Amino acid sequence: MLQEDVKRELRSIVGNEDYKDDMQSLVTHSYDGTPMLQSLPDGVIYPADTREVSEVMKVLNRYRIPLISRGSGTNLCGGTVPVQGGVVMVMHRMNRILEVDLENLTATVQPGLNTKQFITHVEGLGLFYPPDPGSMAVSTIGGNIAECSGGLRGLKYGTTKDYVIGLEAVLASGEIIRTGGKLMKDVAGYDLTKLLVGSEGTLAVITEATLKLIPPPRYKKTMLAMYKDIYGAARTVSKIIENRIIPATLEFLDNPTIRVVDDFAKLGLPRDMEAILLIEQDGDMESVERDIASIEMICHSENAAQVSVAESAEEALKLMTARRSAFTALARLRPTTILEDATVPRSKIADMVLEINRIAQKFQVQICTFGHAGDGNLHPTATTDARDQEEIHRVEAAFEEIFEAAIKLGGTITGEHGVGLVKAPFLEWKVGSAGIEMMKAIKQGFDPLNLLNPGKMFAKESRKRVVIDRG
Amino acid sequence: MADVSLQTRLNPLAEKLKLRLDEDQLMNCMRCGFCLPACPTFRETGIEAESPRGRIALMKAVADGIMSPDEVFEEQMNHCLGCRACEPACPADVKYGQLIEQARDAIEDHTEQHRWWVKLARGAAFELMFPNQNRMRWLGKGIRFYQKSGLRTLARGIGVMKLLPKPMRDMEKIMPDASSHGVVEQIGTRHPAKGEKIATVGLFRGCIMDVLFTETNIHTVELLMEAGFEVVIPDTQNCCGALHAHSGEAEGARALARRNIQVFKDAGVDYIISNAGGCGAILTEYDHLLHEDPEWKEGAAWFAERVLDCSDLLVRYGRLPGFSEDESKKPVKDSEPVRITYQDSCHLRNVMRSSDAPRRLMRQVAGVEYVEMMEADRCCGSAGIYNLVQPEMAGQILDHKMEHVKTTEAHYLLTSNPGCLLQMKNGIEQHGLSDRMKAVHIVDFLHERMCSGCGSK
Repeated sequence: MLQEDVKRELRSIVGNEDYKDDMQSLVTHSYDGTPMLQSLPDGVIYPADTREVSEVMKVLNRYRIPLISRGSGTNLCGGTVPVQGGVVMVMHRMNRILEVDLENLTATVQPGLNTKQFITHVEGLGLFYPPDPGSMAVSTIGGNIAECSGGLRGLKYGTTKDYVIGLEAVLASGEIIRTGGKLMKDVAGYDLTKLLVGSEGTLAVITEATLKLIPPPRYKKTMLAMYKDIYGAARTVSKIIENRIIPATLEFLDNPTIRVVDDFAKLGLPRDMEAILLIEQDGDMESVERDIASIEMICHSENAAQVSVAESAEEALKLMTARRSAFTALARLRPTTILEDATVPRSKIADMVLEINRIAQKFQVQICTFGHAGDGNLHPTATTDARDQEEIHRVEAAFEEIFEAAIKLGGTITGEHGVGLVKAPFLEWKVGSAGIEMMKAIKQGFDPLNLLNPGKMFAKESRKRVVIDRG
Repeated sequence: MADVSLQTRLNPLAEKLKLRLDEDQLMNCMRCGFCLPACPTFRETGIEAESPRGRIALMKAVADGIMSPDEVFEEQMNHCLGCRACEPACPADVKYGQLIEQARDAIEDHTEQHRWWVKLARGAAFELMFPNQNRMRWLGKGIRFYQKSGLRTLARGIGVMKLLPKPMRDMEKIMPDASSHGVVEQIGTRHPAKGEKIATVGLFRGCIMDVLFTETNIHTVELLMEAGFEVVIPDTQNCCGALHAHSGEAEGARALARRNIQVFKDAGVDYIISNAGGCGAILTEYDHLLHEDPEWKEGAAWFAERVLDCSDLLVRYGRLPGFSEDESKKPVKDSEPVRITYQDSCHLRNVMRSSDAPRRLMRQVAGVEYVEMMEADRCCGSAGIYNLVQPEMAGQILDHKMEHVKTTEAHYLLTSNPGCLLQMKNGIEQHGLSDRMKAVHIVDFLHERMCSGCGSK
């Protein structure tokens, strides 16, 4: 609990109602979307505007109290669990769309704005904001920026970082900085905008964002291909790209996922299929039709056992059902669902999936893999029970080996979920010790007292790498 | 304060919660937060504790001994509308409705916190009135006497209503004329199908339905007969127990369930039909309610799988009569079509998972334009007796609902549950829309438009 005079100062900034430290508020801000992590903060604060954020930060800085900023708390890396206590700052009150600039095709928004609401709003104006993380109905733009969220459309349209062109943020000192602007070109100094995107609340508190909007595609077509040979599916992915076609969506389900989805949604999927690809292309009608026809040919040439092209929106929706049900089907299997995001170059998808299946078998755990094949971003998902310590240890060991395998294939430990607490011990595997030192220096520059989201990104100790020895 | 395994002394309520709360369900919540946008109280407040994820975290914290349940905790559990919109939104299929009922059940054994009139009303309702249809009937007679004898005029005239709390005052205003004779007294128990019989169905008449909306029950019977069903209304059936279960009176709910199961089993029906989403939902959950009772487990399962809402039965198995707007009775100018819209009953939608059938029926009425209301799937704030015990939140939710209602410019606002119907009447009255809009039960609306000659009266 904070000292009385700190509380008094905080309350004088945001008002009595918007600083809370009753047990109910502490418990409900002790977790996020990550399984098996919980830690109570000392207080919860809801600022109304940038000035309040800045004033609050100045007080916390003076008393050396940590601050954890968050939106809806849906991240999967323990990024907003207050492991060292301190004050959780919830951005929900700062949830306005400040401006949609139709001349520059930009939107200026506050961080607490709900992602889905924002997407719907700009669609109503005939514009398009592509980043679509799985949690977008719940998440906030500020949270998406802090974690640099991806989504299904990442392959063709990029991720959050490609759409953030300006930021306002409050530094650990309480000072306010502005970066970028409504500018497509801006090389004035280091690119602080990009640095803050994906910084997981460890460098500054984002208080406003200027986002790039694009014209929406006019036409869309969906198709599904099934494979008895996982390499056939993988080669299809590579060949599509080689043919200079970038689909809007290129999703993948492996055999264990197909079985689970079929049990759940009773879709009558062939259970002997090793992989399903769900492909969607958007754009002008003519080019979409041409692309889909080419992709269909590629699928057949790679021995797809079954290829279906949706002829209507309802049919498209039906084809999407398998992919859309994947998470739900897996979440219902066992009490604890651990969703990871190991990512490899897309040419290595098949190797990675087979590695994951081998590792799952080795540790006797259930891991189903689905994900964004087009950008190599896979979601190996373990279904387990947090109460079974012994099984959890095996799951953790399996994931360690999966991270190692991803890196060996030229990939990364996390494609879109972030480092937070969960991946911190493995960060060095990806970026090396010099990389870690560099990142720590940046953190030191921004936040010398280590007040912003402490305990995240950098582990006290890096995990020793397991050497995979199998010839 | 990083360590959460701090010891909290367990108070008696904590012990009880630990026993009652289903640990597996608490574990199944993976805190993904997908329930947040579906939750009306979270939407009104933006506060995590006011969300299903937050409430489950609080229950779990109590069960884990991280916090002891205090007044704030009790208040939070009671702040939930119980609309269960979080359940269809949940990827992990957490049975939130069961958890909140378990929490309230434990709390109810302990609480001293009720407002005086809530306490009085609870005692009277749960122990004296609802379990006994005859007493409900007497209540009906009492209300009818009040409404018809001039007492109401007198009471309103001398301003005695001002002594009542505002939510009750509002309700008094829109209360429909109560009936002193229920559906069985008016039309008897057994009603043959028109034409070849498709199935024999038992009508669940509902205790409040049968006092305040007896006509709707009669219309339901006639609509079902017309569609080819033989209808039986077992007279010894009683209250469904929904209000008991939602308010933490699980034992009372179980006693009512046992009696209903016996009565409908004896009646030998193929389906049990409800025209009130709130009742229908708990009827489909009798199997869960009695899952720990070996003697009744099987009967409860038999019962639960036979329950259907009347709209669903009509659409799925019925021979639908034609429905058409009577041009001569049109409430509006010739050029303008009669416009209708629909407010989902939360429990019909989220528990019975029926939202399509009523819409299909409404779209079949000739000469009527159906408009989908924005956020028709969201709770109206009625939520059983919530609007009486949590008037502030219920009022906020109703205000937002009425904005969407207004936008539809509908002449009729249809619903499938008496609580929602009263709340919508209340909203129409409060927002000054009485001159252009009427809230009506979907059955009554359809019944009035059955094409000429096909109604029995």
